Amino acid sequence: MITFTGVTKRYGDKVAVDNLDLTIRSGEAVMLVGPSGCGKTTTLKMINRLIEPTGGVIAIDGVDTATRDVTELRRSIGYVIQQVGLFPHLTVSDNVATVMKLVGWDRTRIRARVTELLELVGLPPAEFSHRLPGELSGGQQQRVGVARALAIDPLMLLMDEPFGAIDPITRDRLQDELLRLQRVVRKTIVFVTHDIDEAIKLGDRIALFSQNGRLAQFSTPAELLARPASKYVEEFLGGGRMVRRLSLVKLRDVPLANGDNGTADEVVPVDATLRDALDAVLRSRTGRVQVRDDEKVVGTVDADTIRRASQ
Amino acid sequence: MTNLAPLGRLRLVIVPVVVIASLVALYLYLQLTPGRVTDAYVLNSTYVRTRILQHIEITAISFGLAAVIGLPVGVLLSQSGRFVSLPVFAIANLGQAIPSIGILALGFTYIGLGVQGAIVALVIYALLPIMRNTVVGLQSVDPGIQEAARGMGMTPMQILFGVKLPLASPVIFAGLRVSLVLVIGTATLANFIGGGGLGDLIAASDFYHPRPILVGAVLVSSLALLADWGLGLVERSLTPRVEDIGRT
Repeated sequence: MITFTGVTKRYGDKVAVDNLDLTIRSGEAVMLVGPSGCGKTTTLKMINRLIEPTGGVIAIDGVDTATRDVTELRRSIGYVIQQVGLFPHLTVSDNVATVMKLVGWDRTRIRARVTELLELVGLPPAEFSHRLPGELSGGQQQRVGVARALAIDPLMLLMDEPFGAIDPITRDRLQDELLRLQRVVRKTIVFVTHDIDEAIKLGDRIALFSQNGRLAQFSTPAELLARPASKYVEEFLGGGRMVRRLSLVKLRDVPLANGDNGTADEVVPVDATLRDALDAVLRSRTGRVQVRDDEKVVGTVDADTIRRASQ
Repeated sequence: MTNLAPLGRLRLVIVPVVVIASLVALYLYLQLTPGRVTDAYVLNSTYVRTRILQHIEITAISFGLAAVIGLPVGVLLSQSGRFVSLPVFAIANLGQAIPSIGILALGFTYIGLGVQGAIVALVIYALLPIMRNTVVGLQSVDPGIQEAARGMGMTPMQILFGVKLPLASPVIFAGLRVSLVLVIGTATLANFIGGGGLGDLIAASDFYHPRPILVGAVLVSSLALLADWGLGLVERSLTPRVEDIGRT
């Protein structure tokens, strides 16, 4: 758990982060989103003390980070940045092994862990471990970056626009893989992005910053889209909010119409999203769709059910 | 960089071949053409061998001292702000701008006649390329790489020795090589303040009887080429294998 209490960062007269209170729970992925200069990157870098706050307290699991040894603190937190920052003179293996060597692991343990990590991020070790970063594509480099950050199995991962410099198709794939990875490793992830769609896709919760370094809203993606706290949040989210929200909500989590009066002519599983359900409703001739949990009918859904679930 | 690699390998062979060829040509010229009787005072094996050894000694000491001073100072300057590095470079540039003979004259004035004066002057002269390239090399290491290193919990020393110096080494070595060649060439002037070396051969001659000049000049340039070549070998063995430094 990471807690920000009244954290402020000032550069001269300019306020980068203004009296921030924020609690990030263990194992959740929190997206810090906002326009350039809103303080989201500053907030991230204050966690591993690459930037020291001007005021306030940042605590990890109740321990004020300012009281911890900075080197030890940083080694306990994985760090991934947009420029990737792989060491160009070291092989993929050696890059991934950097922190393991710093903390003094023995060679067999390092070799085993490097192999495990490269497999985890989808780079077959036999093919990649002896390559140099310059021989990899941007997407492959960032996979190595993620593997390096996970090296000694930190509880936390800080990611500073990790996919910002990667082409849209590869970015989409890396996002999917991060979601898959997160299901396996369950880290506390703090992720900076200016792309609200990326945040909606990857985040358990989103902290949306406004221009002046203040927190405009902090909630789940579905909540954010359904109930923007201000005009600013609404504008930042852009158009089609309710439609975009549909793919975030599962049928399981909304009240369904009871039973089936026999008019339903399509079927969706209860694990489907509202988006899938709406698709089925639009396909159906009667406008009513049966919802099933395995073989059991648990209810029906129609346009009105979806509308009510969106409000 | 990959394109240059075959050229680099070729250069490893070409330099010794050129040096040997020019030494053979020099020997044949001396054997086949008549010289002055007095040439034999300087063009005998004992005299020439002593001068070569003196030259190597002056050069090695001056270059060694310049490297021992220049590298750490360069590292310190690269960490300090412009406030410190600008004045230091202003002074170092001034040292470079003064004609080499002038620096030697100053060495003579303040240190006195002989080899010490020559060495002090040569060290001052050799310092700038080493220092400047160290600073430039270290400062041009990709900030993203340094930030990643810091974020991973590497200490400033680990970043310096594990990341910055290896990545800066091609630029640093370029400075060392420039400096070494500079010192070997300039050391011929040590003769004027009684420092010895191959400059003695060049000075022992006149324009109408240039044989000793020729011998001195060929030997000095051979020495410079070989030294540069040798440092190149050291560089190859120390410099990391990098496809494209700075772009990752």
